[in-house]
Amino acid sequence: MTGLPILIPFLAMIFLAVSGTRIILQKIIAVATSLVLLVVAVFILIRVDQEGIMVMYAGGWKAPIGISLVIDSFSALLLVATAIVGFCMSIYAVKGLDEKRHQTKYYLFFFGMIMGINGAFITGDIFNMYVWFEVMLMASFILMVLGNEREQLEGGLKYMTISLLGSLLFLAGIGILYGHAGTLNLAHLSMKFREIDLPPAMNIALALLMTAFAIKSAAFPFFFWLPSSYHTPPPAVSALFAGLLTKVGIYAMVRIVTLFFDAYDQFWHGLLLVISGFTMVVGAVAAFSQTDIRRVLSFSIISQMGYLIMGLGFFTPLGIAAAIYFMLHNILVKTNLFLVAGIVGRTEGSYNLGAMGGWYQKFPGITLLYFLSAMALAGFPPLSGFFGKFLLAKAGLESQHELITGISIFTALITVAYMFKIWNGVFWKQTQDIKWEGRERPEFSMVFPSTFLTVLILYLGLGAGPVFDILQKTAGQLLDPSGYIGSVLEYENTL
Amino acid sequence: MEIILAITIGMLYSAGIYLLLRRSVTKLILGIILLSNATNLLVFISGGLTTGNPPFIPVNEELPPSGIADPLPQALVLTALVIGLGIIAYTMVLKYKYHDETGNEDFDNAKETDR
Repeated sequence: MTGLPILIPFLAMIFLAVSGTRIILQKIIAVATSLVLLVVAVFILIRVDQEGIMVMYAGGWKAPIGISLVIDSFSALLLVATAIVGFCMSIYAVKGLDEKRHQTKYYLFFFGMIMGINGAFITGDIFNMYVWFEVMLMASFILMVLGNEREQLEGGLKYMTISLLGSLLFLAGIGILYGHAGTLNLAHLSMKFREIDLPPAMNIALALLMTAFAIKSAAFPFFFWLPSSYHTPPPAVSALFAGLLTKVGIYAMVRIVTLFFDAYDQFWHGLLLVISGFTMVVGAVAAFSQTDIRRVLSFSIISQMGYLIMGLGFFTPLGIAAAIYFMLHNILVKTNLFLVAGIVGRTEGSYNLGAMGGWYQKFPGITLLYFLSAMALAGFPPLSGFFGKFLLAKAGLESQHELITGISIFTALITVAYMFKIWNGVFWKQTQDIKWEGRERPEFSMVFPSTFLTVLILYLGLGAGPVFDILQKTAGQLLDPSGYIGSVLEYENTL
Repeated sequence: MEIILAITIGMLYSAGIYLLLRRSVTKLILGIILLSNATNLLVFISGGLTTGNPPFIPVNEELPPSGIADPLPQALVLTALVIGLGIIAYTMVLKYKYHDETGNEDFDNAKETDR
């Protein structure tokens, strides 16, 4: 059961690899697999919620000797979010991606990436996490340049270089960590961090790890790769990236900070807050200055990452719970915005805000989908972004971080501004001279995933209460790692 | 022995970063190769070096003798090497494709996606 989120995409990859050029077969396999994955992920979430942390020892070698797979409720929530995005994207890509890219096996690498992401979420071993990161990165490198267009190759080159640098820093950090602690198991490492006075070299290891995760999650000042690459691939790829890739970096950061760092470590938490402030403001201001829809949304990803890091920096139960809520909200909303941008761009043949308009009159349904997601991102009640930002602000004021809370509210205003920039440019602007004849109309299979995501975003906002109850439990689990350590190492909770 | 390797690693890192900052795409790839090798060496020696005691268990015994080299960093480096090989192969293909498409070797002319 614990290994299924890795095993299912792997089996799908084998079938896709031998399916040759039968595209219809590939599409059926892909949609069916992602549906199964979604069901399994929801099942895992329910089981983790009822019975506590699930642990599996690969090859039967008990922790800390072998590699353990651990699903606590934080992992389970992210598995569900990944499965939702995977399900939507596999349906979108049926019609939303050209034949040429299906011929070169888009779905094979799609599931490669899903496997890497799921693996990174459920592994309980830091070197194994590095391996899953690489699996995810290799698949994403190929997806980035699938189709070999000029822009894609250039964006891919930039994305690849910075990502590889991040991976190498991650690996170097792991090396130093192992050299001084003598173990790679996350739970065992966490116990050593708590019990023994470790040498100062460990700080270097932690700094290397945090830098690597900051690169992966596009935090200030390591975000330049994201806006120069995310808008180059087709929407079926960029929506997948926008929803999931940066969040894996944040996941790893949350794991490391909650397991390894002392709760009273002023230096790291202060640094996280400073980084989060810069990430938010720089991303939002840059987003406002762009004229390409996808580039506005790319910079917006960076800005939203700041909120997640801020919640982690507060390091209170409410702050962490709010950050996880914001993370789930962000995965759904960002994927949906890129999907709508993809639908718009496909019909318009361009992504430039100046050259389009009139969508409100022509396609009111798609306008509504954009409107709800944009308002959710901007944080209007009763949509999900409002609760995320409200809870983060509350956590900030309760822990006496007034300055950064003020900055986050100011950033929310800029968010409103750039979301309305797209709204005015694409949907609201009245245009007389645009000819709609002869253009492709949005297909049902492209609008359906977006509608599905919008319904989930509405649920996340309107049903914030029940969702937040689960998240508070999750935050409690994260802030008190003795439960995690106990279930992996099979000790009683004695710490 | 550790000190020599440590200096080597430092040199590999600095050379790698220098090449990474050059404008040529080929030198960038060479830089990535140097950096990945430097990292592999760092992982290998981070636990300390043991000479002349390979991690083998003698016949008819259950436990290895004391003082053997730690086999885990070796396993880690082996994994990282394989991943590194795959990635280098990918970068080479990407560079080839990029050059095919644009005829460009200079990063100063690669500003299209940053506009």
